[in-house]
Amino acid sequence: MFYREAGDFKTSYSADNQTFPIAFDRWRYYLVLFVAIVVIPLTISDYWANSLLLPFLIYVIAALGLNILTGYCGQVSLGTGGFMAVGAYATYKLMTAFPWMDMVSVTILSGLVTAIVGVLFGLPSLRIKGFYLAVATLAAQFFLVWLFNRVPWFYNYSASGQISAPERSMFGVAVTGPNAEVWVKYLFCLFFVIVLAWIARNLTRGSVGRQWMAIRDMDIAAEIIGVNPLKSKLTAFAISSFFVGVSGALLFSVYLGAVEVGEAFGIQKSFLVLFMIIIGGLGSIFGSFAGAAFMVLLPVLLKIIGVDLLGWPTDIVAHIQLIVVGGLIVFFLIVEPHGLAQLWRLVKEKLRLWPFPH
Amino acid sequence: MTMMHYEPHVTSDGRTIGNTMMEMKNITLRFGGVVAIKDISFDIREGEIRAIIGPNGAGKSSMLNVISGFYKPQEGEVWYLGEKRGPMRPFEVARQGIARTFQNIALFEGMTVLDNIMTGRLNHMSASFLDQAIWWGKAEREEVANREKAEEIIDFLEIQAIRKTPVGRLPYGLKKRVELARALVAEPSLLLLDEPMAGMNVEEKEDMSRFILDVNDEFGTTIALIEHDMGVVMDLSDRVVVMDYGKKIGDGTPDEVRNNQEVIDAYLGVAHD
Repeated sequence: MFYREAGDFKTSYSADNQTFPIAFDRWRYYLVLFVAIVVIPLTISDYWANSLLLPFLIYVIAALGLNILTGYCGQVSLGTGGFMAVGAYATYKLMTAFPWMDMVSVTILSGLVTAIVGVLFGLPSLRIKGFYLAVATLAAQFFLVWLFNRVPWFYNYSASGQISAPERSMFGVAVTGPNAEVWVKYLFCLFFVIVLAWIARNLTRGSVGRQWMAIRDMDIAAEIIGVNPLKSKLTAFAISSFFVGVSGALLFSVYLGAVEVGEAFGIQKSFLVLFMIIIGGLGSIFGSFAGAAFMVLLPVLLKIIGVDLLGWPTDIVAHIQLIVVGGLIVFFLIVEPHGLAQLWRLVKEKLRLWPFPH
Repeated sequence: MTMMHYEPHVTSDGRTIGNTMMEMKNITLRFGGVVAIKDISFDIREGEIRAIIGPNGAGKSSMLNVISGFYKPQEGEVWYLGEKRGPMRPFEVARQGIARTFQNIALFEGMTVLDNIMTGRLNHMSASFLDQAIWWGKAEREEVANREKAEEIIDFLEIQAIRKTPVGRLPYGLKKRVELARALVAEPSLLLLDEPMAGMNVEEKEDMSRFILDVNDEFGTTIALIEHDMGVVMDLSDRVVVMDYGKKIGDGTPDEVRNNQEVIDAYLGVAHD
């Protein structure tokens, strides 16, 4: 009833171009922002933050990054884990080399370092496409993990080969390290999510985004109407890697605190983020959020149902989780290749006419 | 075969044919051992509608691909606006003001009609990456200004009702029209149309012919087109190049070409005895 565009006339092209053209959507968006920024930090608990909110926020950034590259620009990447590792190790090196540097700058610089590495590994995309590119990025994944394992300079010659985040404060409160409180960590991650999601949305609605999508949908036609494929693909790699690097940096410094590269940034991580965008919806900002939420929630949900309610052993529930995720991937690829975002769109489409569909 | 002397002039319907805009000089294009285009020269004048016709496999599409920079001829020179074209990527050719449509529709299927058309404006947009990332000032102003141009073309081609529809959902005839819109919105000086009427019914062909004439008339766009429908070609174009087996066998006004013995032979076949 209230979900209507009738009567909501747009009198300028900028009004027609806005992200949430329907008033109800706009208000819902402001409400979500309010809850995220004000309500949650006041009520947050350790359990909710560590098992759901922090991983959700951090993976949203990675999913946005991969979605720009794969969903918008059509370049399949299996190197997400490796690029997250670059972000994490860059953060570690920056934190230890420049202890006075604030965490926002450290995180942004780590993203920039990852962007440069991403562009390097994106160069093959100018020659190869599809599966072959996926394999090339897979090489990046294994090479980067190997590099961080084998070159002691990256982990400051520590005996364990691990990296761990020292304590750093902003405005007098600890952001990283064991003394950081969850609401601080939460707000720190939320800040990056909001800013990066806004940037992702802006880039994908303008000329840059259209060039990416043109390359994705038909690269030859794109080149003939004036898209420079070199520039377009490499900017997609750069932006995507920046996002993924920031995500890796936050995962290490804020969430995990200490990291062993093969464990935290292995090939499973690449697939996890890829599943997020497939289930959430390729080429959709909302899809990145939905996919990350889904993949973070699912194990928690299954654990609550399986272990707590039904009393099954934990390892069986863990195996069931693998089966369920695999099944869902197949389901989505067959039934709804555009993912949760498309389902959401369909619901909205129906709502516009509800309850009189004619 | 002699070519009639062709000077800048005003046509009977009041359009101005100007100086030479594009000149192909002795173009030869080979794919391995196959010679697709054999030593062909012709010119395109400002403001005219130039057709390239010929039987299947004559090399018409290859010729269009040479003009749009997609194929690089092994021999010969391409002159555009008085300058010889150097080694150039297709997107650089597009930036010189040459736009085209494709024989098999090459729209961006995952994008809406409006986004497809706006993509055609990209050579007119210069907001930096950073501007676009924060979507403040220049990026938004530029988007709105270009949207106005896009809407002009949408009105012109009468596709207002589908502007927010994903292209994948459109029927064939409309897709062809959207593709024309995407090329037109770039405000090209030279518009290349590769079989704009292929696979259309009579009504759609009439619509498309009207649009092509209107484009030429209202925007003064020079048009080079490939088409199989003889009636359409003869009605639309000012001059016609006829190709057969990669060679030029005729060049001139529709009437001259129609009465050219070589052209008649190529189309109807000759008895070999």
